[in-house]
Amino acid sequence: MSSPIVKLVAQRIALGILLLLAVSVLIFAGTQILPGDVAQAILGQSATPESLANLREQLGLNQPAYIRYFHWLGGVLTGDLGTAMSSGQDIATSIKERLWNTLFLAFWAAIVAIPLAITLGLIAVRYRNGWVDKLISGVALASTSFPEFFIGYLLVFYFAVQHQWFPAISTVYDGMPLGERLQAIALPAAALTLVVLAHMMRMTRAAILNVMQSAYVETAELKGLSAAAVIRKHAFPNAIAPIINVVMLNLAYLVVGVVVVEVIFVYPGMGQYLVDHVTKRDVPVVQAVGLIFAAVYITLNIIADIAAIVANPRLRHPK
Amino acid sequence: MVDGKAKSGPLLDIRNLRIEATVYPPGEAPRTITLVHDVSLTLEKGKVLGLIGESGAGKSTIGLSSMGYGRGGVRITGGEVILNGRDILTGGKEGLRKLRGREVCYVAQSAAAAFNPAHRLMDQVVEATLLHGTATRAEAEKRAVALFRKLSLPNPETIGERFPHQVSGGQLQRVMTAMALCSEPDLIVFDEPTTALDVTTQIDVLSAIKDAIRDTHVAALYITHDLAVVAQVSDEIMVLRHGRLVEWGGTHQIIKEPRQEYTNALVSVHQIEHQEQQPGTTPMLSVKNVTAAYGGGHVKVLKNVSVDIFPGQTLAVVGESGSGKSTLARAITGLLPPEKGSVVFDGRTLANRLADRPKEDLRQLQMIYQMADVAMNPRQTVGTIIGRPLEFYFGMKGRERDKRVAELLDEIEMGKGFVDRYPAELSGGQKQRVCIARSLAAKPKLIICDEVTSALDPLVAHGILKLLLNLQQIEKVAYLFITHDLATVKSIADSIAVMYRGEVVRYGSKSKVLTPPFDAYTDLLLSSVPEMEIGWLEKAIKGRRMESAGN
Amino acid sequence: MLDIRRIPLPSLAGLVLTALFVLAAIFAPLIAPHGNAEIIGDVWEPMSAAHWLGTDNLGRDLLSRMIYGARITLFIAVLATALSFSLGAILGFSAAVFGGWYDTILSRLVDLLMSIPTLIMGLVVLSVLPSNLVTLILVMGILDSTRVYRLSRAVAVDINVMDYVEAAKLRGEGSGWIIFREILPNALSPLVSELGLRFIYAVLFLSTLSFLGLGVQPPDADWGGMVKENKDGIVFGIPAALIPAAAIAALAISVNLVADWVLNRTTSLKGGRG
Repeated sequence: MSSPIVKLVAQRIALGILLLLAVSVLIFAGTQILPGDVAQAILGQSATPESLANLREQLGLNQPAYIRYFHWLGGVLTGDLGTAMSSGQDIATSIKERLWNTLFLAFWAAIVAIPLAITLGLIAVRYRNGWVDKLISGVALASTSFPEFFIGYLLVFYFAVQHQWFPAISTVYDGMPLGERLQAIALPAAALTLVVLAHMMRMTRAAILNVMQSAYVETAELKGLSAAAVIRKHAFPNAIAPIINVVMLNLAYLVVGVVVVEVIFVYPGMGQYLVDHVTKRDVPVVQAVGLIFAAVYITLNIIADIAAIVANPRLRHPK
Repeated sequence: MVDGKAKSGPLLDIRNLRIEATVYPPGEAPRTITLVHDVSLTLEKGKVLGLIGESGAGKSTIGLSSMGYGRGGVRITGGEVILNGRDILTGGKEGLRKLRGREVCYVAQSAAAAFNPAHRLMDQVVEATLLHGTATRAEAEKRAVALFRKLSLPNPETIGERFPHQVSGGQLQRVMTAMALCSEPDLIVFDEPTTALDVTTQIDVLSAIKDAIRDTHVAALYITHDLAVVAQVSDEIMVLRHGRLVEWGGTHQIIKEPRQEYTNALVSVHQIEHQEQQPGTTPMLSVKNVTAAYGGGHVKVLKNVSVDIFPGQTLAVVGESGSGKSTLARAITGLLPPEKGSVVFDGRTLANRLADRPKEDLRQLQMIYQMADVAMNPRQTVGTIIGRPLEFYFGMKGRERDKRVAELLDEIEMGKGFVDRYPAELSGGQKQRVCIARSLAAKPKLIICDEVTSALDPLVAHGILKLLLNLQQIEKVAYLFITHDLATVKSIADSIAVMYRGEVVRYGSKSKVLTPPFDAYTDLLLSSVPEMEIGWLEKAIKGRRMESAGN
Repeated sequence: MLDIRRIPLPSLAGLVLTALFVLAAIFAPLIAPHGNAEIIGDVWEPMSAAHWLGTDNLGRDLLSRMIYGARITLFIAVLATALSFSLGAILGFSAAVFGGWYDTILSRLVDLLMSIPTLIMGLVVLSVLPSNLVTLILVMGILDSTRVYRLSRAVAVDINVMDYVEAAKLRGEGSGWIIFREILPNALSPLVSELGLRFIYAVLFLSTLSFLGLGVQPPDADWGGMVKENKDGIVFGIPAALIPAAAIAALAISVNLVADWVLNRTTSLKGGRG
């Protein structure tokens, strides 16, 4: 590894940290400085002046915004996410298990979706413009037009209600055996997989096609290499970076999909937690969870960029 | 270089080759078009056949058919391709794979794109040899190094360890030739191998290819649009047009005694009658000591450049890529305000910045671009494109404007039917003509022509040059003609400025600039332009060697 | 100029379906057999001749609710798209043409907004804003305008460096001519197809918000909200929730097909004459 790469990667990471800080400001500002009084919004129109004043005091709304921001940020950086207003519980403690649940669900969805999407993308390229390709593209177009809950409830209706193969509601608890846990998350994981599959596959197809149409692939064919050897030796090394990029971008997309899917299956994860507390207008929880989602999303995007940098031969072997 | 042990029958025998492709025009049903109509050719062992023609002649398609390969949706639908005594089209995929990279190898136009960026050069050079098992890795690499040396590549021992992006374009083209030769094939298909290179680089690559062909006794199909280039390397030449054979004969016969009118036109394409005019006393436009830079003064692209253009005359600015010739145009037009120096037009100094120039100055100074397709708004009709300057500068409206547009279309030898067409409905030459009409509409005193013919086929370019000279007679307009093509310069210029790395290295009337003694760079440039003479290449290379020995 | 026989079948189907949805939305009170909030029968009655789509979780006619739901869904999505589009396109174009610090500040701001998933940012903001239609449209429109900004800026930057724009500048044309006569006509086809995509996205985003209970508030309901109302029936085998969900999918697909066709038609550079 030579210096330009290290420099570029370092730059990208530094930029990412800067972005995260900016995002934390944005999320804080989004909940604090927007028109409308937070306390009023929480308590509703019928609140008495005393209760409003109390709440303002409790939220520290009497202090200037930037002081509240640094106070909040300092807490976040030391692992103190504050307390939920609606329940008075410590947010960090309530999040821990839910975060683990969400990651567990997203992990299994990714494990299925990534190889499946890449395989289907490869098949589409292999039989490009044939009926297989058209079918795959058509299904992909359709499924990008489907709302997540349509896919989710279709799965529930068929697999949980009509056939009762899997539970319609994904209850998980501490100390649940892995097998049972996997069965419980089968449907939400399948829904998530379908949500990201189409995007991932279409982008993989485009990335590989782009490489397959380059002149060096023609050169390899004209050397007499078999189709498999052309793909393995010449297309794959150049396609790997864009594919990693595609995968990471779609994992980031999965972060969003998980919110809706958790609500559909009443799965005790971060998404469900966020939506519940948005409804309750519990600002500290929304800030904390929103920031975590944004951080995951940004990290995945950074990894995607770094993969592209590292895989670029021009950067790996400078002049 | 006759191969003494020639087997009976030619190496390659293509009979009645028919090649078709399916095209998918947007919004219409797909249809099949024929690219090659029943073309036949034969090639003996160790001989070189040049395939020549303009774009769309089918020359690359025919070349690739010798490997049983069709690009995109291209299919061989008729005829036989007999290589070493067997029809390769009946051998199936497996048969084609065995022959590609072993019996026939390919050298592409852009080696920069044809090498895989992820692998080292050596691995790619020996890949076909190892694949077909004709040599061990050590042998193949030894052979490759010998070829690198033969092709005069720098550091032949170590260049193979490099990645494609670490090597220059001219060198890559030679590495690609080494790659083709490495598996010791019977036939190599060279597909415009020097077209993307500067002239001074082209001559070295050309001579390296020629020596390699001679020493290895390989046969070759040499595909190009440049007759002078192909005359240097081929034994025979085949002229193609629209996928049909026009004429096929020995190199001498084709370039000296062409039998077909089309061939004759190709041969005499650079001959335009033009009487050189002597520089007048008062220049119309003077560029005085102009220095210009990009990136806030960091990259100096013009250094202290001074040239004059006289009324109704043509100044040609020649140079290779990166010489700063196009930047000179940008400095004159005000697109890139000069750091130092000034541009004097008709006795008054022009404002440096485009935005500060009055409309009248803008009108007097028009520009024509290299790529006519992107120089016209694709959403405007020819009528709008030519009519706009009339509206804008002269306030012409309605019938008066339409009448003038029709006159201008007449002047550029295009009929009335074109007024309502969009640029996409015109051919390359017609597009450039419309651009010429647009600049003439402003009634300018000077037109800057930036490589206006280099994207066009030779015959079309010839027509455009003749038109420009005619219009100069009629409209008394001066040209600043920017080009890399010395042949063009010789045919139309009155005075010439030779540019090299941002500086004018030679400047004066045409006859003066083209008369010895030359400075080193002009000499190199002039001696690099291929001439339609058999044996020119050897003479030019010899001349260079003597000179470098003399220095 | 527009020959129906030359429209490819999928695009024609998309066109017809889209038109049907739009007509249903416009003439909702005339078409709907029952009122939006009118309770006319039992809870979750199956499909019948009287109630083509059955009844919902409160015994209201599902077909009538669907037709009124089309109205709300389309109304909000159209307004949000119009907002995101005009905001994004105007800012994107001006950033490309003017450049400098104006471009830098806008572009960095958009980068920042786009680094947070839209749904997450939407939820964060909606947690403090009052739940009403205006808020919803503003939040959806502003968050989505970042995508339009990126595209229109990129398209305009590309066109701005073309030789024909340079030729116009050399002629001495003002920025009005350059933006409206040189750049805009050539930016139109990517923008029009983007308009379709943004509209689909607005429909999906609105439906998701309503499904999560943060979009249109009862007793009004868009299709997403109707999925939420009827979702509890699913476990009892009652497919009422699937009908509005399918309607969203159908609308999105048909708009997609139309957008595809428009893109193909307008990219042919013969001025649409074929």
